[in-house]
Amino acid sequence: MSKEYETVIGLEVHVELATKTKIFCGCSTAFGAEPNAHTCPVCTGMPGSLPVLNKQVVEYAMAVGLATNCDITRHCKFDRKNYFYPDNPQNYQISQLYLPICRNGYVEIETGKLSENQKNALKGKTGSDIAESGEIKKKRVGIHEIHMEEDAGKLVHDDWGEVSLVDYNRSGVPLIEIVSEPDMRSAEEVIAYLEKLRMIIQYLGASDCKLQEGSMRADVNLSVREVGSTEFGTRTEMKNLNSFTSITHAIEGERNRQIDILESGGKVIQETRRWDDTKFESYAMRSKEDAQDYRYFPDPDLLPVDIADEWIEKVKAAQPEFREAKIERYKQEYQIPDYDIELITASKRMADIFEEASGICGQPKKVSNWLMVETMRLLKEKSMDPDQIRFSPANLAKLIELVDSKVINNSTAKEVFEVMFDNDTDPAKYVEEHGMKQENDEGAVKAICEKVIAENPQSVADYKGGKDKAIGFLVGQVMKAAKGKADPGTANKILKELLAQ
Amino acid sequence: MANVISDETIEYVGILSKLKLDDAGKEQAKHDLEQMLDYIDQLGELDTDGVEPMTHVHPFSNCFREDVVTNGDDRENILKNAPEEKDNMFAVPRTFD
Ligand SMILES: [Zn+2]
Repeated sequence: MSKEYETVIGLEVHVELATKTKIFCGCSTAFGAEPNAHTCPVCTGMPGSLPVLNKQVVEYAMAVGLATNCDITRHCKFDRKNYFYPDNPQNYQISQLYLPICRNGYVEIETGKLSENQKNALKGKTGSDIAESGEIKKKRVGIHEIHMEEDAGKLVHDDWGEVSLVDYNRSGVPLIEIVSEPDMRSAEEVIAYLEKLRMIIQYLGASDCKLQEGSMRADVNLSVREVGSTEFGTRTEMKNLNSFTSITHAIEGERNRQIDILESGGKVIQETRRWDDTKFESYAMRSKEDAQDYRYFPDPDLLPVDIADEWIEKVKAAQPEFREAKIERYKQEYQIPDYDIELITASKRMADIFEEASGICGQPKKVSNWLMVETMRLLKEKSMDPDQIRFSPANLAKLIELVDSKVINNSTAKEVFEVMFDNDTDPAKYVEEHGMKQENDEGAVKAICEKVIAENPQSVADYKGGKDKAIGFLVGQVMKAAKGKADPGTANKILKELLAQ
Repeated sequence: MANVISDETIEYVGILSKLKLDDAGKEQAKHDLEQMLDYIDQLGELDTDGVEPMTHVHPFSNCFREDVVTNGDDRENILKNAPEEKDNMFAVPRTFD
């Protein structure tokens, strides 16, 4: 390859909003319902039914727009996007083409430092365009617009009959589509951008943004051009990317496919392609029969939305402290390592627990330690997200106080924490009910120590012969005899005293 | 009588609207559409300089619902609207992705 190419990428990101009800009717959006249990004449497209806009959808869309530096469109409207498919019962999707609610924003991304997601996406890959350069680069990715729209139903293919089956529970679930400018140049930048969006939206509570579960979906528009060229090449759109790994693979695969076409003198065709994660390749999705001509027009059933300054100010005032600001504040306020701060603030839930528990027990270092070690370990073990954490900050603070006041020792605390992690059990009660309090009566510990010394002459001789490590074994024996309820520090102290005699 | 609908256009409109037209049907549709367009063209005689496009007749805006669940499980009635029903779902002609 003699020529050098540049990849130009723009993203269309769909985010499912965390409202309780659908965008245009009072049906629930809760997951896991029986097929069509959450449907009504509006979201099944019955003639004569009329949509009424959910105010919370507008507020979430505004909140995301404000957090991504967009201008809010003071007078916005809904349009109909016409297409025929059974998952779309009205034969049109209500969306916004002409006057989307937010326009002209940007987010700042950082590259050069690999995040956990980027590292995972790269496992077992070589020759990737993601590399840890060590040099942190900041860059703005423009947001062309954000619009509100409704989701479609779900098609289930019946293996037995000649029919497809439709469940309209998802039909009418509110989405925002965030359309970026073609400002990204690598998979690394794409993932940094998605992580940034996700962090902002999760902090706002506007969505849980789970790629795997489809509450965040990214379509990748990609073209290549010779380095130095100012014109864009022909782009393709890739769908069905539901993990950072498949996004990374799809970008590399599509970039190479387009370069191969250009190198062999061909032309890239503008088309929609579907990424196949098992075959590591994409294929063209649409035929001529599925001509994409949506014949948009303003929806006459929905009134325009006029957004006054006061409304914008209200939404602005309700914005949370975002991650960057939180990181800065933690550095000032808490004496914990920067690495811990990075990880704790990566989830708003985790950060909330940290702040509340620290506020109660006044021991941020210990709270951070419980979150960084035991909590992270259990989350990983149980494949859970921080959002699914069940234990309350109050109970974590209580557990820390139990250790501080020597009611239980550290290893008992870990045991109690595992129970607490599952059921938000009150640790004090649990310790009481299960007789887990440590033996703080020095006389009782001393009796055990004496017994252990009598039973382990070899270790005693080793210790006296200068092998300091032998004390560790003896402490272990004391703990064992005390069924874990002794304070290892006390045992150590008493043993040393006895052996020095 | 200025508008002429080409064969390609009527073919394309057929695809978009999922209609299969025979040759006589196509000719009829071309004729009808041409007449409709001519009729609409009369609007071109008006001076609309400086007139904002109007999408809604009434001068209202901001009609909202609060985010509160008001609908319960009404499958029994909703599924009556299905052309055919199977496993509590709408059965439709098989589609491919
Ligand atoms: Zn509904």
